[in-house]
Amino acid sequence: MKAVTWRGVNEIGVEDVPEPTILNDHDMIVEVGLSATCGSDLHLMGGYIPAMRAGDVLGHEFMGTVAAVGPGVTKHRVGDRVVVVSFTSCGHCWYCRQELYSLCDNGNPNPGITEALWGQSIGGCFGYSHALGGWAGSHAPYIRVPYADQGAFTVPADVSDERALFASDAAPTGWTGAHQAGVGPGDVVAVWGGGGVGQMAARAAMIMGAEQVVVIDRYENRLDQVRTQIGAETLDYEQDDVPAALREITGGRGPDVCIEAVGMEAHSPGPQYLYDQAKQQLRLQTDRPTAVREAIYACRKGGSVFTLGVFAGLVDKFPLGAVMNKALTLRGAQQHGHRYVPEILERMSRGEVRTEHLATHVMSLDDGPAGYRMFKEKEDGCVRAVFHPHD
Amino acid sequence: MTSTRADGAVAVGERVVRRVRSALDPMTTAPPSSARSDPGWLAVTVLPDVDLETLPPPLTDLGDEVEVRVRPAAGGKGTELRARLRDGGSAGPVRRLSGTDREARLRAALREAKQVIEVGEVLRVDPAPHGERPSTPAGLLLEAWTRAAPRGGVR
Repeated sequence: MKAVTWRGVNEIGVEDVPEPTILNDHDMIVEVGLSATCGSDLHLMGGYIPAMRAGDVLGHEFMGTVAAVGPGVTKHRVGDRVVVVSFTSCGHCWYCRQELYSLCDNGNPNPGITEALWGQSIGGCFGYSHALGGWAGSHAPYIRVPYADQGAFTVPADVSDERALFASDAAPTGWTGAHQAGVGPGDVVAVWGGGGVGQMAARAAMIMGAEQVVVIDRYENRLDQVRTQIGAETLDYEQDDVPAALREITGGRGPDVCIEAVGMEAHSPGPQYLYDQAKQQLRLQTDRPTAVREAIYACRKGGSVFTLGVFAGLVDKFPLGAVMNKALTLRGAQQHGHRYVPEILERMSRGEVRTEHLATHVMSLDDGPAGYRMFKEKEDGCVRAVFHPHD
Repeated sequence: MTSTRADGAVAVGERVVRRVRSALDPMTTAPPSSARSDPGWLAVTVLPDVDLETLPPPLTDLGDEVEVRVRPAAGGKGTELRARLRDGGSAGPVRRLSGTDREARLRAALREAKQVIEVGEVLRVDPAPHGERPSTPAGLLLEAWTRAAPRGGVR
């Protein structure tokens, strides 16, 4: 079958790969209907997460139809239309029972790699390097889904494929950030990053009762989506002094909750960006934490900062003094999607969560390299390139 | 002899002082033992209760090579399943992380036993669909690390 693969740093290919088979009783094979690019794929593409091997199939955000089930699958049948959480989580370990699904003890068959990096391993993720399990990704006609009863959810009949697709990763990641950051009624919430995840974090914060939500980005088409599709306010960090604007908006206090949805390749105007870029390219730091720094400085005393963007390792010039002296709560997570997807699908069904606008460019697998280039360079207002594997 | 008597007297005195102080202040009871008085165990925590009679094959296959113990985890987090090689075998971090130390099989067996207990089967990833894999040094290094990853890890 045809698949979009990682061939090397900034090199995406389309090649033939074998079809997946059921290997465990709890497996399912899904015929992929739609599969999205994600901002975190760009970290793989750029070589910032160095556990990719040439030939690895990309893609972790997808929906489709059940094509085959293993003997241990009880929740799904062939023909079900499902959306699948990007993380592989067993549903039975202590972390899964605490609904911290991305921390699953059993979902990563290569635990030694992340134990070496972080001291402990977390769950696995489709198409996201051998550090997170080496699972084949979803930019292909078929994908194997382990722990299928846990990670796959039936899509309500009145939710379109284009809407359900983003219940796989962008929406539950946003929900994870807003919920785990403790957003509550009356809060003022600032979100750094107006891509799919940032928009969904903003929407989740609004649904959780935030009084005012402000999204920060520099691309006008994204900021326009935030205003018109999400209903949140915006700041352009190339036009506005963001910390000053946030202080003004909040009467000098700063936002109650600051959610960073940018990740390890953050951009900013000014010399800080050049400094971080130089250190990252020289491998003196693995990640550029520009947006995290700003979130920490902007947050109100005693507030909450959440790192939702993907980081891999070490950062420099981290404002620990501000975290300590302002009594901030700093948290982070990959998505605990299994916890939030049922609610998200219900809200999608009621029209309270709309995501179709994120799929600005829908194309075939043959266009995989072009899709990733457009997504990376933000060509033609690309917010997300989405692949239709059966075109 | 004089020294032994003196040491004994000091010890008795310390015990008396501790008892008096603990009666006055509950913060100064007997000093705790070392948190790691019996080292050398690899451990995983499994959620359901297990006992030594119901351990699964990945661990029991190691037979008399290993000593196995179970104990309740703090705060109701399940059961700590602990095992160590009878003849020792601790290695440096490079050998541990690369899965080339003597404990590598035990580390993998503990992880697999945990999966059998909690999920009922050991998760497999290979063969995973992939495209052409050229034989580059970086690719071969990653492949070797990936092969070792189920056995390698921290203590």
